[in-house]
Amino acid sequence: MAVLIWVVEGSWPACVDAAGRLGWSGDRVMLIYVREAEVTAAVAGAYAGLFGRGRSARDPSQRLTEASISVAEELLDAAEARLGRPAQRLIRTGRIEREVVAAATGVDVLIVARDGDLSRLGPRSLGRHTRFVVDHAPCPVLLVWPRIAPSVESLQPPP
Amino acid sequence: MAAEISSILLLFVVLGFAVLRPRGLPEAVAAIPAAAIVVASGAVHWADALSEIRRLAPVVAFLAAILILAQLCDDEGLFRALGAVTARASRGNPIRLLTMVFIVAAAITAILSLDATVVLLTPVVFVTAASLGLRAKPHVYACTHLANSGSLLLPVSNLTNLLAFTASGLTFGAFTLMMALPWVAAVGVEYLIFRLFFDRDLGLGTTGCGQPEKLALPVVAVVIVALTLAGFGLTSVAGVNPAWAAAAGAAVLAVRALCRRTATVKSLVSAGSVPFLAFVLALGVVVRAVEDNGLGSAVGRLVPVGSSLPALLAVAALAAVLANVVNNLPAVLVLLPAAAAAGPGVVLAVLIGVNVGPNLTYVGSLATLLWRRILTRNNAEPQLGEFLRLGALTVPPVLVVSVLALWVSLRMFGG
Repeated sequence: MAVLIWVVEGSWPACVDAAGRLGWSGDRVMLIYVREAEVTAAVAGAYAGLFGRGRSARDPSQRLTEASISVAEELLDAAEARLGRPAQRLIRTGRIEREVVAAATGVDVLIVARDGDLSRLGPRSLGRHTRFVVDHAPCPVLLVWPRIAPSVESLQPPP
Repeated sequence: MAAEISSILLLFVVLGFAVLRPRGLPEAVAAIPAAAIVVASGAVHWADALSEIRRLAPVVAFLAAILILAQLCDDEGLFRALGAVTARASRGNPIRLLTMVFIVAAAITAILSLDATVVLLTPVVFVTAASLGLRAKPHVYACTHLANSGSLLLPVSNLTNLLAFTASGLTFGAFTLMMALPWVAAVGVEYLIFRLFFDRDLGLGTTGCGQPEKLALPVVAVVIVALTLAGFGLTSVAGVNPAWAAAAGAAVLAVRALCRRTATVKSLVSAGSVPFLAFVLALGVVVRAVEDNGLGSAVGRLVPVGSSLPALLAVAALAAVLANVVNNLPAVLVLLPAAAAAGPGVVLAVLIGVNVGPNLTYVGSLATLLWRRILTRNNAEPQLGEFLRLGALTVPPVLVVSVLALWVSLRMFGG
């Protein structure tokens, strides 16, 4: 069985633990981390906005790109260590939600953590990227709470 | 008429070159010949060009000193140490980290200028957030935003401030006093909007991977920066150009770095960005030619007179719009003569407009934005909709609230 775990800062341990708890340490475990191109592009833009400074050698987005690659490596190291067994690592760059959907093709299960409003049950508990991935995933999805799930009392009263 | 058209055309060439940056050539490559042409063709009298250069030279020297000071502080490890301090103070809490990033970025921008925040602080903040296992986006965006809206406080915080400071006739102390409230207001409004906008990103805690490294603040660099700041106050009181305080601060750290061989003369000159300084001088001459040939009176009619709240708001809005067309540097050069004639209150309102306005786009202006869109059309263009939305949400309220604060300051401290 092929299991794909989407590693996101803050919420990934819940995904890794879910894989372990359900015994899905199956044949093939993959960890995916997507570097957000938007952050680097925004910093490159801020530097370009400094009119007249020329010299791309000082462009901070290059330092950011290097740093974000090592950050991705470290996150996947930590995830693999928590998983307790070797896993295939995928580091992608671009639009987060689309990269995750593309990587989920042909996978038996994709494990995703909620990343929105975690204080109550409901659709808002999914952030923008997670919403897209859940809606567009070409495979079964296991959606986990990164912390203890809110109680059923947090449901809105029926209209 | 011919002189009017030719100088406007030359200004467009200079600005166009600076936006397009063909082959990565320095912007001065187009600006210096253009300045030579406007003088040679008589569009601006050589004596006027000289007086413009004389007026701008101390500003440019001041800027060079600050740029070198910031680079030397980085060499001393100041920025990495600040990253470690913010990481420790945040205790892994994303909201506390954002608060710390706001404080540090606003202070660095104010004291060591926006260049220091964009070039030196932003990468450190990214690494700091990531090493805490937190999403870096809100914190990195806070840096890019505060590089603009956090640059209101001191004349050294932004090149636009140095230009306006020279034109306003205010002392360093008076400028700072007037802009303290607008600066606090701008940073405060940005903070509130960031908290709401990134509510979800900030809601997820840390995964606790990695301990923040323990780095002590480089004492010498901190002391020199503090002394430089004190020097600004003292020179202001003594009626001496505060650029000397900046030069002294940079000189002390430079000598230390040269002795310890952590810097070379070449690296110091490179930190001073000579082509950039030449570009500013040449741009000043070309803008002067455009002004002398009719644009000056046209702008004079556009700039509202008086320091009533509606007039200040209108001036700031006009400046913000103009800054977004090409860039805030030409915008402030074009607006300053008319604003200076209308009084220091109007000059400071222009400043709020040109400093806060560039946050509307992530690259500081529509011209640069469009050009970058064309450049990246064939690649997988990153999705910057979120950043643009953040700009659209923050700029109008920050503008209004900081102009309101300026109006209160003017009432309180006169001007």
